[in-house]
Order: sequence, then C-alpha cells, then structure tokens
Amino acid sequence: MMAEFGHFTLILALMMALIQGTLPLIGASRNIKSWMLSGLYAGRAQFLFLSLSFGSLICCFIQNDFSVLYVAEHSNSDLPLYYRIAATWGAHEGSMLLWATILAFWTLMVSSIQGSLSLDFHARVMGIMGLISLGMGLFVLLTSNPFTRLVPVPLDGHDLNPLLQDFGMTIHPPMLYMGYVGLSVVFSFAIAALLGNHLDSAWARWSRPWTLIAWIFLTFGITLGSWWAYYELGWGGWWFWDPVENASFMPWLVSTALLHSLAATEKRGAFKAWTVLLAIFAFSLSLLGTFLVRSGVLTSVHAFASDPTRGSFILVLLGLVVGGSLTIYALRAPKIREISEYALVSRESLLLVNNVLLVSAAASILLGTLYPLVLDALKLGKISVGAPYFTSVFAPLMAPVFLLAGVATLVGWREASLSKLLRQLRYLGPTCLILGIALTAVFWQVDDLKTLSGLTMGIWLVATSLLSLWNRIRLRKRFVEGLLAQSTSFLGMTTAHIGIAVFLIGVVISNGYSQESVVRLAIGDSTDLAGYTFTFRGIEDVVGPNYKAKEATFTVTRGSSEEAVLRTEKRIYKVQRNNMTEAAISPGLTRDLYVALGDPIDQQTWSVRVYYKPFVRLIWLGGLIMMAGGFLSVIDKRYRLSHLIRSVSKTQTLQSPPRHS
Amino acid sequence: MSPRRKRMWVVGLIVLGVGLATFFALKAFQKNLLYFYTPSQVLSGEAPKAYPFRVGGLVVQGSLKRETNGVTLQFSVTDGTATIPVKFSGILPDLFREGQGIISIGRLDKSGVFEASEVLAKHDENYMPPEVAESLKNKGTLPQSYKDYKK
Repeated sequence: MMAEFGHFTLILALMMALIQGTLPLIGASRNIKSWMLSGLYAGRAQFLFLSLSFGSLICCFIQNDFSVLYVAEHSNSDLPLYYRIAATWGAHEGSMLLWATILAFWTLMVSSIQGSLSLDFHARVMGIMGLISLGMGLFVLLTSNPFTRLVPVPLDGHDLNPLLQDFGMTIHPPMLYMGYVGLSVVFSFAIAALLGNHLDSAWARWSRPWTLIAWIFLTFGITLGSWWAYYELGWGGWWFWDPVENASFMPWLVSTALLHSLAATEKRGAFKAWTVLLAIFAFSLSLLGTFLVRSGVLTSVHAFASDPTRGSFILVLLGLVVGGSLTIYALRAPKIREISEYALVSRESLLLVNNVLLVSAAASILLGTLYPLVLDALKLGKISVGAPYFTSVFAPLMAPVFLLAGVATLVGWREASLSKLLRQLRYLGPTCLILGIALTAVFWQVDDLKTLSGLTMGIWLVATSLLSLWNRIRLRKRFVEGLLAQSTSFLGMTTAHIGIAVFLIGVVISNGYSQESVVRLAIGDSTDLAGYTFTFRGIEDVVGPNYKAKEATFTVTRGSSEEAVLRTEKRIYKVQRNNMTEAAISPGLTRDLYVALGDPIDQQTWSVRVYYKPFVRLIWLGGLIMMAGGFLSVIDKRYRLSHLIRSVSKTQTLQSPPRHS
Repeated sequence: MSPRRKRMWVVGLIVLGVGLATFFALKAFQKNLLYFYTPSQVLSGEAPKAYPFRVGGLVVQGSLKRETNGVTLQFSVTDGTATIPVKFSGILPDLFREGQGIISIGRLDKSGVFEASEVLAKHDENYMPPEVAESLKNKGTLPQSYKDYKK
C-alpha cells in the first residue's frame, strides 16, 4: 500500500512539474500574470508530493517491506533501523528519488523568496527549474522506479552493501546532492536572466547567495567523502582520483570559479557573459557527475549497480540541458553589454586569472576522466588514466592560485598600482620564504622541494590574507572596533582562503612524510614505525547486529608512554558474505596512527598494515574551514532578505544601464 | 587601456592558461595511460615490457600462495585459455577470493611474472570488472554465477 502511495504521489509530482515547466514560461513571454503565478503553486505542490513519495519509500524500508524490489535488494531485517533509513538512498533508484526531492526542496525555497525580483523573472526561474524537475521525474519514473513490486516476495532482503553501513556514508550522498542540485538554482537564474534580458547587478546579487549555499554543501560533501574513504576503505588514502571523485570535484572547481566571477559581476558589472557560461557549466558538470556515477560506464568503487538505458536517458537529458542552454546563450550573448572598464593590474584581472586556472584544472580533469570512456566507446582499446596524470597536471595549475589568492584581496577594483602592491609585500614575501625554509629544515628535510614550496605557499596565503584584513582593520582606532566593522562576507573570504592554506599544508606534509608498512605479526609481536611501537595484544570474536568479526587489539607506545589502544576488525556480513576491514585510527592534529587488519596467516598470526600519517587531519580541517568561510559570507547583511529588497530596488532604479534590445 | 587591447590581454591570458594546461596534460598523459590486457595477450607477447599496464581475469582456484615473510603473495590469473602468475606484496582487498574476477596494475618482469603494485576486486561477490567479463565472454568461459548488471 505504502509503495503504491509513493508511486502515485511521484506521478502527481511529475504532473506538477509539467505545469511548473510550461505555464510560467509561456506566461512570462506573453505577460499573463496568472500563468506566471501558477509556477509558484505548482512548485510547492511538487515538493509536497515528492516528500510524501520519498517518505513512503523510507516507510517501506522501516517496515521491511520486501515485496518492494528496491527494498529487497538493499535492506535486510537484521539491518539496524538507522541504516535501514539510510539505505533509502543507498543505491541508484532511491538516490535518484532523493535527487528529485532535493530539487523540489530548492524549488520550494526559490518559490518562497521572491523579494524584489520582477514577476516575469521569478516566473522564468521557476519555469526552468520545473523543466529540470520534469526531466528528472521522468527519469525516475521510467527507468528507475523504486516502487516496483517483486513477486514472489522473498523472506528476507539482500542487505545493504557493508561499505555503506557507516555514518559517513549515510550523510555523504544527501550533502553532495544538496550541492549538485543547488547549482540548478544558479543555472535557472542564469537562463532566466538570458531569456528576459535581465543580466544586471540585481541578478548577480541574487545568484551569489544561492551559489554560496550550493558550494558549501558541495565542499562538505566532498570533504565527507574523502574522510570516509580514508577510514573505511582501509587503504589510508584520502583521495584516489577515482572517476566518481573527479565527478564531484569538477563542479566544485567550476562553482568556485563562479563564486569569484559573480563577485566581479556584482561589484563591477564585469564578466557577465562569462559568469552565465560558468553557471551553465557548473550545473552541466553536476548532471555529468550523476551520469558518470550511475550509468555503469565506470569501473569504480562507486559503480555498485548499473544499467545503460539509464545512462542513455541521462545522456539525452544532459544533451538537452547543455545543448539547450548553450543555444540560448549563443542567441542572447551578443546582446550582453559589458559596462566595466579595468586596468591590467586590478582585482578584475586577478579574478580572471583565478577563473582561467580553475576552469583549466577542471577541464584537464574532465579530459582524464572522459578520455578512457570515449576510447572504449569507439572500440579503440581499454585504458585507464592513472592518478599520477591528475597530480602532475593539477599541481602546477593550482600553484599560481595558491600564490595569488591572498594577493588578489590586496589589489583594488578597476585599477591598482603595482609599485604600491610590491611595497606592501616587500618584507612579507621574504619573511614567508625564510619561515617556510626554516620550518622545513627543522622538522623535515630542507632539500625536499615539494614540502618546502607547499609549506611556503600555505604560509604566504595565510599571511597575505591576514595582511589584507589588517589593512582594513587599522583604518579604525581600536583593533576590536576595526574587526567588528568588517562585513562578514569579507571575513568569510579571509577564512575560506586560510582554509585552503590549511588544506594545502596538510596535503604536502601527509603526502611527503606518511609511513606505511605491511608486516606479519603473531600475538605478542610488535613492529616499529616512525618512532612508534605497535604491539599486537590479542584477537577475539565479536558479534554485531548483522555481522561477525575478529577484533584485534593493538597498543601503541612511544618511548615509555602509551599513546593509544587501537581495535581493528575484520567483519563478515551475514547476508552478502562480504569481508570488511574496519581500520582503527588514533586521530591527532599532528599525526594519525592507523592500523588495519589484513589476512590470517595461521591461528595466531595475521598480516597487518600500519600507517603513520602526519598532519593528515589538516586536509579535512581545511575543508571545514573553507565551509565556515562560505557560511560567514552567506549570512552577510547584504544578502538578508530585507536588505536585498531595498538595495536591489535601488540599483534597479538608479544604476541599471539602459537596456538595448 | 582601450577595450580592444584589454580584450587582447584577456584572450592572451586564456590562451596561455589553456595552452599550459594542455601541455601538462599531454605530457602527463603519455606516461600514465594504463592499457588493459588479457592473460592470453600477455602470453602472446602483446603486452608492453617496459611500462606498467593492467591485467584482469579470474583468480585460479587453489593458486594463492604466501611466501615465508607473510606479506608477499603469489597467485594465477586466467581468462580460460591462458594463465599468468601474479606476484603482489601487501594486503589483498577485502573482496579478493579465489575464483573471482580481479584487475591488477603492475609490470611484467623478465621471467614472465606479473609484478602487481595494486590489486582491485569489486565490492560485490557477483560483480566483475567489465573488462574481465567481456574478455571471458569472448572466450566463452564466463561463470554462470556472474550477474550481468549491464543487461
């Protein structure tokens, strides 16, 4: 009954999407007020129906209704309740329904916040979102219906993949999807603005908070995914350049570029056409991400199940979105007037450099990810592109970004003096370099150029960001007064840049000085790694709700002091009979100690993998700091609703350039 | 600066950035493309001797042996017609099992043993890397238990 209800509400939601995707767009072009308004109500109704639909799927999981195929394939009556709920989005069908539901949630948000947006503009935004919903809804209903019944009904389900029975994995997909789908809002704003010739500063100001929110979720989703891979896969790595990781990283890079280009568009009216193009790219890459993960064309840890008809459906959808939006762009872009003028040394130029580099980085990742697929499709051989490709392309492209991110905040809009800038930096530059060399020499080896340059760039990025903040603070008499006078969006930017530096330092040190060893240990044996002694204390049987496990206990000592007691498990899940290693980690800001149980050699002896990972936590800490920066920016006064309404109506009357059409 | 000169700068910058990216990409590309070979192809000498590649197939039942140091392992991989020995130091992935499809990355040593630097097994007992499934299907040695997810 629940499944039919879910199926029914899903169809109702699709009907609503059909209304939302057509009437407001026609209404906006013919100026029919009631048609324009209809999109708002259809959008809200769509959200209501989709949440009912998604809710009933969750109910099917909670009630262990194995007559539903999707539940039977991905759940089991022994699965703890928490994971039964999370199993709803643990595989393809459910996660696509989640995608659609999140899209409806963003639709609800956009429909409730009209502010001072003109009615036709708002209607167009709703219309574009409706069309995306329509495509996604059809996809779920026609190719991936999670409510399909199964006859005969099995006694029990096939269980959730053990890798996904983990806290990090339960919240990683929703967070990532919030980000992916959030970019559809910015996309819709851009297309609506193109359609209605609304590419003004009001459009940029409205797009910015939406981009920021999507970016925050993306950052969080990616950070979570990396953290999960680190502790759950038992390989001790935090990023594998796996095609699916790349799929989430490309929209992140492009939306980061978009954030920066939007800043120039909002403040100076610069790069309008480019900003629109970035918004199109960012959302297209999100869709491509969905396509890559779910079509089964990839050999990847994420490609759990796959089906090419779904793949071709998403491919067509992707083709329509990219092709359609680029056509609109090509028709409208010549009319976009760039009103801004700027000199070579100016913040605009530096933002442009930032954009070129970030987009180039995303493009080279795209090349490495898609090239094997294209080659395979053309039957030219099966290849894969190794991680060294990505690192050797990515690092040199990002180095200038790290060097210039802080400096750009010191440079004024429009025109800045190069000599003044160099005067400001003449002591800071050498100081950072000396500090970098000194730290590398004291703690590591001074001839290690990777660590040296990474560390120096990190210090430089923090120093230049703080210098820029200090320049603003010292305009006031007292420090606290100066600090409080800063807008939260400026503080947010500084925080996010410091987050990048923290991330960078974590990457270079943990990559350069991690130590790993695979050893054979009998109970009572010990092994030394990086000055720590790992002793194998014993092994015992443990029984979990849906698995049995061997749990090995290790103690770690350094000199005479005990550092940690680590318990690592080798689990066998009852239903799928899969082995799973649960690594044991003693986390710390300066080092992680990591033990993973390998294979039994005999009753008393096991192969064991031990790691020492210095400063690896900084990688995720950096991600969280970036996120906090994004959050500070988004709560800035000028994005508050009341403020937006006032300032935007002012800009529209005072500053908007005469429209030539 | 005149709009024309500015535009030239912008175009120049973009060309430079894209050019730089292409340069790095192509340079890195040559060295890091990993081609896939079946054991038959390896035995017939088609596989490269000088640089790494990927090989895939089923792990032969009963072929897994552990050397005395406890961490170096040897097993054989087959595609039904040809079998090659694989040597690997480290811990095998959780889903490695005899009789199951795997992919390993590494290079061939002089005596014809494949020295693997990485062994990949999939997270589902019936799932097989598409490359392996396809090469087995072509040889007609695909096991019955294999669930074809690509149907």
